Amino acid sequence: MQKKTAYSFPDEILEHVFSFIQSGKDRNAASVVCKSWYEIERWCRRKIFVGNCYAVSPTMVIRRFPDIRSIELKGKPHFADFNLVPDGWGGYVLPWISEMAGAYPWLEEIRLKRMVVTDESLELVAKSFTNLQVLVLFSCEGFSTDGLAAIAASCKNLTELDLRDSEVDDLSGHWLNHFPDTYTSLVSLNISCLGSDDVSFSALERLVGRCPNLRRLLLNREVPLDKIANLLSRAPQLIEFGTGTYAAELRSDVYSNLAEAFCNCKDLKCLSGFWDAVPAYLPVIYSVCSRLTSLNLSYAPIQNPDLTKLVSQCPSLQRMWVLDYIEDSGLEVLASSCKDLQELRVFPSDPFGEEPNVSLTEKGLVAVSSGCPKLHSVLYFCRQMSNEALVTIAQNCPNFTRFRLCLLDPKIADYRTLQPLDVGFGAIVEHCKDLRRLSLSGLLTDRVFEYIGMHAKKLEMLSVAFAGESDLALHHVLSGCESLRKLEIMNCPFGDKALLANAAKLETMRSLWMSSCSVSLGACKMLGQKMPRLNIEVMDEKGPPDSRAESDPVDKLYIYRSVAGPRFDMPPFVWTMDEDFASELS
Amino acid sequence: MENSVAYEKATELRLGLPGIDEPAVLSSVKNNKRPLHDEKSGENGKSGQNERAPPSKAQIVGWPPVQSYRKNNFQQAKKSESECGGIYVKVSMDGAPYLRKIDLKVYKGYPELLQVLENMFKFTIGEYSEREGYKGSDYEPTYEDKDGDWMLVGDVPWEMFITSCKRLRIMKGSEARGLSCSGV
Repeated sequence: MQKKTAYSFPDEILEHVFSFIQSGKDRNAASVVCKSWYEIERWCRRKIFVGNCYAVSPTMVIRRFPDIRSIELKGKPHFADFNLVPDGWGGYVLPWISEMAGAYPWLEEIRLKRMVVTDESLELVAKSFTNLQVLVLFSCEGFSTDGLAAIAASCKNLTELDLRDSEVDDLSGHWLNHFPDTYTSLVSLNISCLGSDDVSFSALERLVGRCPNLRRLLLNREVPLDKIANLLSRAPQLIEFGTGTYAAELRSDVYSNLAEAFCNCKDLKCLSGFWDAVPAYLPVIYSVCSRLTSLNLSYAPIQNPDLTKLVSQCPSLQRMWVLDYIEDSGLEVLASSCKDLQELRVFPSDPFGEEPNVSLTEKGLVAVSSGCPKLHSVLYFCRQMSNEALVTIAQNCPNFTRFRLCLLDPKIADYRTLQPLDVGFGAIVEHCKDLRRLSLSGLLTDRVFEYIGMHAKKLEMLSVAFAGESDLALHHVLSGCESLRKLEIMNCPFGDKALLANAAKLETMRSLWMSSCSVSLGACKMLGQKMPRLNIEVMDEKGPPDSRAESDPVDKLYIYRSVAGPRFDMPPFVWTMDEDFASELS
Repeated sequence: MENSVAYEKATELRLGLPGIDEPAVLSSVKNNKRPLHDEKSGENGKSGQNERAPPSKAQIVGWPPVQSYRKNNFQQAKKSESECGGIYVKVSMDGAPYLRKIDLKVYKGYPELLQVLENMFKFTIGEYSEREGYKGSDYEPTYEDKDGDWMLVGDVPWEMFITSCKRLRIMKGSEARGLSCSGV
């Protein structure tokens, strides 16, 4: 402890000041001011975010921060979402839970993304953290409803259970019965990913009925439409609701019950679900539409005119997720009706079809960019694009923070000029100075990367596929994008030279993924030797890298900075290129 | 300069679909998250390289970047994986921190299945006898059947096994021995 002078603050005051600093980044900054600030800060930090669970070990985290109440961990790389990371790769949460069980008995919040969570882990969570309030398992896998039963039975203070997009082994719907009758604190429940035919509906009804603070309820597809009215009538205070399957034979009693139930939900602002939706039952939500700020129809097979008619009733929309059934015409209506729109995602209804099945083109996106001044986040799948459209979009929306465009046909050119789309994406990065996330697609040369390196100074995450011609492309990005944290690349013809020339840059980033590119084994080994604080992981399911020539390209490469050294839980198809590996083989 | 040649190649006018001359990369799929579109190509459980059979393009792993649960949404058939021809069951092993998934339809019988399990989890299974179960190893392969009972793998005929098996668990130690004495 620092010797107190008349001019220094007592620790308690500093601690009190720090309690107003919530952001991890700011806390990190405060902690490097001086040793005493480091000490005070680490004792009073309550919330921690670990963007890559292998960047640091649980022991190190616990050693530095002795009293954490909220932790967020991320495991697999983003491309795992698209089947590029084989099973068994890693991202196990058990080692973290085991160590935190002893160190953080007062842990209140656990948020995990793309991690492997076993029933054993969940049972340990249930046993160790009696004060647990929030459990979010986002795109996780490896557990079953048995694990959920353990959580339900033990976590008396649970307010939020969110299984968003996770893959859960459904053994029985009866896990819901494990919430004791005395349990009434549920605020948010997301079970939309569950597939069981046997979600115990009566247990769900009773649970919903006895939790007066329930504000968010996202059901799974198996909950039939005719049960919804009853459920909603027990929870008219809901703010966010996700239906189950939205199809049933049209029956006037079911219809009117539903309409009444929705009408009574005066606080309802967000709707989702709508699997298998049929147009007949859409009007039951009309009473809610004018208040809706978020609408997710991305599972609904409804088409125009029903779809557009629905959208036109929702003038307060801020977030809209929909399938490309909306078509250009529907997006034009969206543009004229929804002036508060901030986020738009348009998903493909037929991603593998070779012919377009809907009339959704660049025109829809241009219309929305023109009509919606607050639009800042876009994910758009379509089949054609032009530089002219992209330039228009960029000029209309200089406030973009996230722009992800996916042209379904890789390497497709500007359909009007047959030129690469370099200029169009160049305009996006040039006009949108706050752009944090960008996904490229279409025919792209090294030029687009030159624009990105030159202009995209706030860019944090870049996703690239089938683009560029030479190492210059990668070099532009690594040398120019000052804020870059995550870079993921698939099927691009570059690698070695740019990586080796920008090796130091990789330590300033969270991670780099490259699959089906031209990175040689030799370059990986060299990086492994040069950069001890990077984990260079080569992934190849066909066999060990030393069975091939140094100049052979590696199948998949995942590079990330770490203070924990190489990991020990790698499956047989992952090799770390650390100093030992390189010297062993030479 | 090599750059301009590559540039020209990439931008040359063509009547075919772009992207074809790049090798379509298909992983030999041990990956269990199989998009259901595989059923269109008519070969399920078959891993490895698809020929680029005209007229349809080869599917490229990871493209387009759509998550599996979205792709699966549009199959008219029931979501259950058995609809696409495979019988997928989860496999766990006591002490291993991860689950694997396998397609029982791919195997012709118990010897093949056991071999695969041994390779997958890097252990050896003992000798099987009807009376005494698996001897010679600490591990025993067990499965949960349709009725929720835990059975020893091998006790019932193969065809019956693959239709009734819900999941596999490789048990370790005394728990395993308990099962082998139970008989069917």
